[in-house]
This record gives sequence, C-alpha cells and structure tokens, in this order.
Amino acid sequence: MDAVPVAFELMEASATAALEARGIVKRYGEREALRGVGFSVHSGELMAVIGPNGAGKTTLLTILAGIARPEEGEVHLPNGDVGWVPQQAALYRRLTVEENLLLFARLESHEDPRASVEEMLELSGLSDRRGELVARLSGGNQQRINIAIGLLSRPVVLLLDEPSVGLDPRQRARLWQFVSTLAERGTTVIFSTHDIQEAERYGKQLLVLADGESLFQGTPEELRDAVRREAPEAASSDFETAFVAFLHHRGH
Amino acid sequence: MRWLLLKDLQILRRSPLQATLLVVYPVLIALLVGFAISRDSDKPRVAFLNEVPADSRVSVGQTELPSINVDDRICGRVECVNVDTREEAEEEVRSGNVLAALVLPGDLVDQINSLSTQNPGTPTVEVIVNEEDPVKAQLVDDRISSLLAQANLVIAKRIAKEGGKFLNLVLNGGSFEVIGQSVEILGLRASAQILQALRPSLPPGALRESLDQVIRFTVLSRSNLDVGGVLISRLTQPIAVDKQVVSASTPPLEIFAIAVAATLTLTFVVVLLVAGSLALEREENAFPRLTRGLVSRSGLLGEKIGLGIAVGLVVTLLLLAGLELFVSLEWGRFGLWLVAILVGGAAFGAAGAALGAAAREVRTVSLLAFMVSLPIAFLSLIPSGAIGGGLYDVIEVVTALFPFKPSLRAMTAALDSAGPGIGGPLLHLAALTVVYAALARLALRRFAVV
Repeated sequence: MDAVPVAFELMEASATAALEARGIVKRYGEREALRGVGFSVHSGELMAVIGPNGAGKTTLLTILAGIARPEEGEVHLPNGDVGWVPQQAALYRRLTVEENLLLFARLESHEDPRASVEEMLELSGLSDRRGELVARLSGGNQQRINIAIGLLSRPVVLLLDEPSVGLDPRQRARLWQFVSTLAERGTTVIFSTHDIQEAERYGKQLLVLADGESLFQGTPEELRDAVRREAPEAASSDFETAFVAFLHHRGH
Repeated sequence: MRWLLLKDLQILRRSPLQATLLVVYPVLIALLVGFAISRDSDKPRVAFLNEVPADSRVSVGQTELPSINVDDRICGRVECVNVDTREEAEEEVRSGNVLAALVLPGDLVDQINSLSTQNPGTPTVEVIVNEEDPVKAQLVDDRISSLLAQANLVIAKRIAKEGGKFLNLVLNGGSFEVIGQSVEILGLRASAQILQALRPSLPPGALRESLDQVIRFTVLSRSNLDVGGVLISRLTQPIAVDKQVVSASTPPLEIFAIAVAATLTLTFVVVLLVAGSLALEREENAFPRLTRGLVSRSGLLGEKIGLGIAVGLVVTLLLLAGLELFVSLEWGRFGLWLVAILVGGAAFGAAGAALGAAAREVRTVSLLAFMVSLPIAFLSLIPSGAIGGGLYDVIEVVTALFPFKPSLRAMTAALDSAGPGIGGPLLHLAALTVVYAALARLALRRFAVV
C-alpha cells in the first residue's frame, strides 16, 4: 500500500488541538500556492477556510488530507486520522446508497461493516433511501452520503472541500444540520467555502487565506473586530462586505 | 481488493446495455472477421451464355476431339447463372446480381479449329463487367483472367494429347481413320527397319549411298520427334510447382479463423473493460478517496486487470463453446486454451490500464481503445510477403508492441497441435504485461491530480 505523502507526526501539541499545521509551503512550478500557512484547530470545532479564488483553500485541504505533499512545513495530528470529503461527491452512481457505504466500510476493514452502514444511514438521515441508486439522489443527499463515507474511517478531523456548492438553500440547511451534529459529537470539521455568510454562520473558527498567505485565524467576531480596526469604514456593513474590505486593506 | 472487484461486477450488472455491448459487439466483430478470413475463395456469380452449338467439336487436322464439357468446367469454378440472351446477361451484370457475364459466341469452336489452318482466326470469348468501383474491377479481372487461363490450359492439353497421338502414329505407325476408312500408317520405325533390311541387297555405289541417307534421315527423324512429343506435352504447362514449406506446419484455416475471433474478443473485452473501469474511478472522483490508504495504486491496477482477465476468460470461452457448433475443437487442449487466454488477458489488461490511466475519461478511453486496438489487430493479420519488405518490418515492430499478435499466436498454438509453439508468444505477452503495467503505474501519478 502506498505511503501517505504527508507524515502525520504524533507529537505534543496544545492540549486540546485536534490538528496543527506549521509553515506549510506548496509550489506548482514557479507559483507558490501556499506560503508558510499555519493554524491549529481544536476537538469538536468547526473551522471555515475562506478566501478568494486561487487563495489556496483546496490545496491546503488536500495537503491536510495527505493527497498532496507540501514542499515545506508539517502537519500534526495527535490523535487519530483525518477524513477527506472531496468537493465533488466521490460515490459510485450506479451503486445504491447502502452498497456505497458497505463497500467503503469493507475497504476500511470494519469488523461489522453492516452495523457501520446502519450507523451512517441513521446519522445521514437516509435510512429510507438506502436502496436507491446514488445517481437518483439530489445533490444534497449525495453530499450527505459523501460525508458519511468520509466518516467511515472514524476520523478525529473531517475535511470538507466546499461541501455546499451547487446545493439549494433547503439542501444546504439540511447539510449543515448534519455537519453540526458531527461536530457536537466531537468530530473536528474543517471546511472550505466561498460563501462568507455560511462561514460566519457555521464556522466557529475562520482561517482566511489570500494568494497562499494566512491572513487571519479566529472567530467570526474576532474577524469583525479586525475589520473595525483595519477598515473602520466597513465595520457596520454586512459580513461579506466587511470581509472584502479586510482583504482590500491587506492588499488583496 | 475482492470488494472492489465485486463493486465493478455490480456496476457492470447495473448497466445491462453496456454489458451487452461489451460482450456482443466484440463477439460480433470477431465472428465477422473470423468468417471473412476463413471463407473459401468462394465462387463468384457469373452470368453464363453458351451460344456454341451442342454438336461442335474442336478438331485437330481432320479429327474431332471428344467434348470437353465446357459448361461443366466453367460452372465448376464459378457460380453460373445461366442466361438465354446477351441482353439478359448485360442486365444481370448491370443490376449487380452477378460479378460478370461470360459469353461463348457461336463461332468459338470454328475459330479454335481455324488455328490449325492456313488462315487462323482469333478465338474470342466475351466478358461483360460492371466496373463500378476499382476493387470490384480488379476482382473481376483476376477471376476472369484466371478462369480463361484455366480454360486455355484445358484446351491446350487436349490438343497436345491428340497431337501426341498423331506424332506417335508417324513414329511408330498404326491405323488411322479417314472419312470412315481405316488407313494403315507404316511409321518411321518400321520404315527404317525395312530400309535396313534392303540395304545389303544393293551393290555398293551411288544408289546404296542414297539409301544410307534415307536410313539416316528416318533414324534422326524418329529420335528428334521422340523429343518433340515430350516438348509438346510440356508446352501446356512448362513450369511445374514444387511447394516447399519452410516454416512450421500451419493449422487449418478454420482453426486460425477461430483463433482470430477469440483473440479479437479478448482484445476488446479486456482492453475496453479495464480502461473504462479505471477511468470511471476518476470520473466518479473515487480515485483519491480509494488511494488515500484504502487500496494501493498498484493494488487498484491489479484489481482492474483481474476484472478484465475474469470477464475476458468467460466471454472468450463462451465464444469458443459457441464456435464448437460449427467447427470441431480439440477440447483435450483446454488447459492450453486457459493459459493462452489468461496470459493474453493479462497483457491486454495491462495495456487497457495504461490507456485508461493515460486518457482518464471513459468516453476518451473507449474511443482510444478502438482507435488503437482495431488497426493493430488488422495490421497483425497482414501476412509476410503481401507487402514490401521494409513496410512489413515496420508493421512487425508496431504489432510486436501490442499484445494482439503474440496473443493470436498463443491462441493458435493452444487451439491446434499443428500451430506454432506457444512458449515464445507467452514470454512475449509476459514482457508486454510488465511494460504496460509499469506505464500504467506511471500514468496514475498524473491520474491522481485533483
């Protein structure tokens, strides 16, 4: 079996940090996609990675997932593994919901794969759709199965790459309810998004990236405070406008 | 690994149209190609009009030769469509019902008979063709030329045979029928003996010397005409064919055709299935998820190749079992069939994996698989000597890089004991499997780009 590209060292991190990244650098030829990005996230937290197009959000997540290898920097994961949920549902559309879950449960070498399937069906709220082909599910339900499969590895940290793209408001609401339940049960969730309102609403922590640089890490309220300090003219605006002003003030 | 295999079979089962096409289409192509190759150089349909009077006979001198049954001889070599008029013959050709029309004019025998007169004519048969395309025109030329060459040969042999009889009469004497009367011919041999017997009774002198000249003439004539008889018989077929087989003995044509059909089936089923199912992993976005630790890339390649071998084995065996209805196969060699299919399947699977990893999209992969497999398969069927040496060398190199030709050789050897050895082709296939698997593994690096 191939080695996971990134070494997830078990080392002493802050007492409650579920994942910690330090000085991550990633280059594609001459272009630096990530320039010394670092952050930490705690158990049960929902962290939103936000930023304009080309900021490096997906690159960061693929490095955290172990799919891409950074040129420099380290990722520390003290307790357990990360679960990866790609932006586009990684599902077999000609298999049923249950068959997809069962396949990945078996590949994860679960002792009782069928019990794991039942657990995930219940968690995703799709027990009554178990026999349906994935191709016939809505985008929102496909994403829920996509996330449920990501959870089959029993990860301490779940990485979601723009999970709500293409979903209508009702599907989004159901998706975020599902993700919030996971966090409440102790799973750390790191998700990337273009939707600033969504990041404010569901992200307990925000990581702002622009041109591969980490500009900010903190709560949404702390980001507002930063806007008040750095771009007071946008302090009373909505969160998205304030965020754009913040980026502009930082030269992006 | 087995769960992935099960998943691929489930997906295949869920796509009945795709699965049917995957099996039926290659089998159909294989059968068509197999039958096209194995078809005997079948008799072309030719409209035939014989205007020669039934009682006409070719004659040599004043002797009529027995009937040579022109109708039977011609219609034994082509499929004759008998017509009554020239117009009917033309219409048959124009409509495409026949390849050509052959008209034997009423004066044909007279013209042949005139060849032995002071005023020889030109015996001519009429051929009506519809040269609507150059391939058909070439085919008609070849077939009709061959037919007329054979007819000329038959007539020449018959004339030579009758001529030989006259020569023998001149040499050795005998009886000869002229206008219902039997005439005794003395012959050169008896003439020389009589003259030899007369010689002692003549006194030495001019008359005896003249007799000696006549005796020498009869002896020399007899000797030279003896040679002439042989020459006349040789003239009809001066060059004989002495066929020497330098390579290994070949299997029967129908066995070779079955090997072609089986190899084509194996090619398309395995290459398309492996390439398509690998590309599908990427299209379904499952590849990064799978290779994050659930299954190694090499393991995934192995699973796809295994899937191709398993399905290819089943389909090819079904094809062979179906062909058993038409041609008797040596089931005692079943073990060798399995080896040829499994090793060939592995090579095709590895090639399919390389294509799938390189092309990455199912539609592109399907198109690429056909674009690569079909020409290579046809190039592999070109026999040596059919084209120029340099070009054939290039084709040999190209076809050696793809598993079709060695797989065909292995399959031919497995099906019939008269075929070539199986060891070389199997080694060739094993080497190709390693090379293509390595290429596929390399291509998977690019495959993984998110």
